[in-house]
Amino acid sequence: MSKITYRKALNDALAEELARDNDVFIIGEEVAQYNGAYKVTEGLWARFGDKRVLDTPITEAAFVGLGVGASMLGLRPVIELMFWSFAYVAYDQIVNNAGCIRYMSGGLIHCPIVIRGPANGGTNVGATHSHTPESILANNPGVKVVCPATAYDAKGLMKTAIRDNDPVFVMENTLLYGESWEVPEEEYLIPLGVADVKREGADVSLVAHGRAVITSLKAAEILAGEHGINAEVVDLRSIRPLDEDAILKSVRKTHRAVLVDENKPFCAVSAQIAMMIQEKAFDDLDAPVMRVCALDAPAIYSPPLEKLQLPTVERIVEKVLSIC
Amino acid sequence: MDTLVKTDAFAEAEVNRRLTADEKILLLSQMFRSRRFEQAALKFYQVGGQMGGFLHLYIGQESVAVGTISLCGDDDHIITGYRDHGHALAVGMSMNECMAELFGKATGCSKGKGGSMHFFAPDKNYWGGHGIVAGQTPLGLGLAFGLKYKGVKGCCLCYLGDGAVNQGVYQASLNLASLWNLPVIYIIENNQYSMGTSMERSSAFKTCLAARAESYNIEWDWMSGENIYEIRAKTWTAIQRAHNESRPTVLQIDTYRYYGHSVSDANAKKYRDPEEIEKYRKFHDPLRLWQKRLIEESVLTEEQIAKIDAAAGEEAAAAVRFAEESPLPEKADILSDVYFEVDHQTAAGRTGKHFFNE
Repeated sequence: MSKITYRKALNDALAEELARDNDVFIIGEEVAQYNGAYKVTEGLWARFGDKRVLDTPITEAAFVGLGVGASMLGLRPVIELMFWSFAYVAYDQIVNNAGCIRYMSGGLIHCPIVIRGPANGGTNVGATHSHTPESILANNPGVKVVCPATAYDAKGLMKTAIRDNDPVFVMENTLLYGESWEVPEEEYLIPLGVADVKREGADVSLVAHGRAVITSLKAAEILAGEHGINAEVVDLRSIRPLDEDAILKSVRKTHRAVLVDENKPFCAVSAQIAMMIQEKAFDDLDAPVMRVCALDAPAIYSPPLEKLQLPTVERIVEKVLSIC
Repeated sequence: MDTLVKTDAFAEAEVNRRLTADEKILLLSQMFRSRRFEQAALKFYQVGGQMGGFLHLYIGQESVAVGTISLCGDDDHIITGYRDHGHALAVGMSMNECMAELFGKATGCSKGKGGSMHFFAPDKNYWGGHGIVAGQTPLGLGLAFGLKYKGVKGCCLCYLGDGAVNQGVYQASLNLASLWNLPVIYIIENNQYSMGTSMERSSAFKTCLAARAESYNIEWDWMSGENIYEIRAKTWTAIQRAHNESRPTVLQIDTYRYYGHSVSDANAKKYRDPEEIEKYRKFHDPLRLWQKRLIEESVLTEEQIAKIDAAAGEEAAAAVRFAEESPLPEKADILSDVYFEVDHQTAAGRTGKHFFNE
């Protein structure tokens, strides 16, 4: 199996789905002739042409709404947000129109769109470009949210998202685009709502999504090597639908959980999971459920400081040691 | 009669000359149905206590939906804002399903999940019914995009109010409509008040609201809503442009609503002079003027008109009975129609937890 980057895995997923289904098209800022601001769509315009890969003006509300409208007629738009932070410009279209149209029409209409782009801090671009809106968006019944942590997951989840008949928001990470993982040549899909145990362990469960999974895996190595603690790392992959069974299975095995989350702590994804664990696995716990989140302030610019604002390996190790 | 209708020139437009007597009568009966439906709804909203939320009445504006939608073919699509009852009936939705929706019943067009502002009938190319001001304007763009993408010769009529023209997403939609040559027709129904704020107090413009289209290199036109012939003639030109040139148009149709912004508009009688409303009712009412026209053209007699009116009233009364007798949705229905994949019990609908109830 060869290694490819997270970026290439996404690119391959998009190319395969464009080739498979003529109703799939890509729109967004700089996705076509510029080859993508982060090169995720590189080469797709040259291969599939103006009809299938369209550059938009900088007008998120209009092109997201256009995608929703086109999807009502049966098309399957894949809409790139250069940053998920720009979703806030299109919030009405995303939440009210994509998220509610099926419900408000009593099931007469559905909205098979994908909105994708990076949703992460850690790149020193200041608070406005560093939002992680998975918790906010997953709060809306009617939408689905996935946060792949590896190239393998990015490809399989993206292909599934495009084939899904509900609005799916794929949140990527600019810090992962250049990282490589093994990805098989043959086609595969990863269902939404199925978590993946990225590392088996018996002493504590680290539950994470997106890049926090990678940070957790590094912390697990240190815990094993320096502290004799064998941590299990559960990668949620999908926020909504959520694989609660996988989380509970791990916690029932390890009896301890530290939730690692690049969200800000208030109403974060980890807050939902902490509530769920105490409700459904209270008797299995040997310690309180703990969290490592982004420090609770808008994303700071200063590069050395921003590294400290996001969950670090050191903070994870420290938090695990406090309960093990 | 002190009316804005000064000429019959529009009656001579080809699209109007080919109207048969039956088609002219249908336009009248459609307007009567819209008005009687809403009057019945208003009565039960106020006295019955069986409806909740808002009720934005279209009374006074009926000629706009009826006149424009009468031009639509099989591949033309319609989408509007929250004042959506008139359009729903004009596309052929039944009074029963619409009234039942207002009553929040399971037999409503949206199974009681949408309410007054959210009527839909995709089988009739009717895509709502949208509650957020101007939120539908990029959806209309997307419908037009979808038609063009599929190679279908059709267009989208996207309605908005005069209060919606100052929302950024509408301006952004105009830009894309022109840039991408999309067959969308934005129809500004200018009822002259965005809730309680008059057009003069809410919009900066030269000539008229539609003229803003000029700066996007979009053709535009402006007309009175009291003359169905004018509405049809000018809208037909826009539809032809959309069908044949795949170019957008912005139309402004001046009209008037007799009731408040919604029934819960506390200041409905404060921000305008009652004489202004009375003047419209008396001299500019599109229903009254169309009746006069059909009598002048010897298409109908007053007696025949009275029968058409009575039939609309009876249909509305029957719709109220249907709504009252219809069952409410079940409590379990709260959780259906959220996800397509869950409702259809597909493999995708069975993996992971979609709902987070205790």
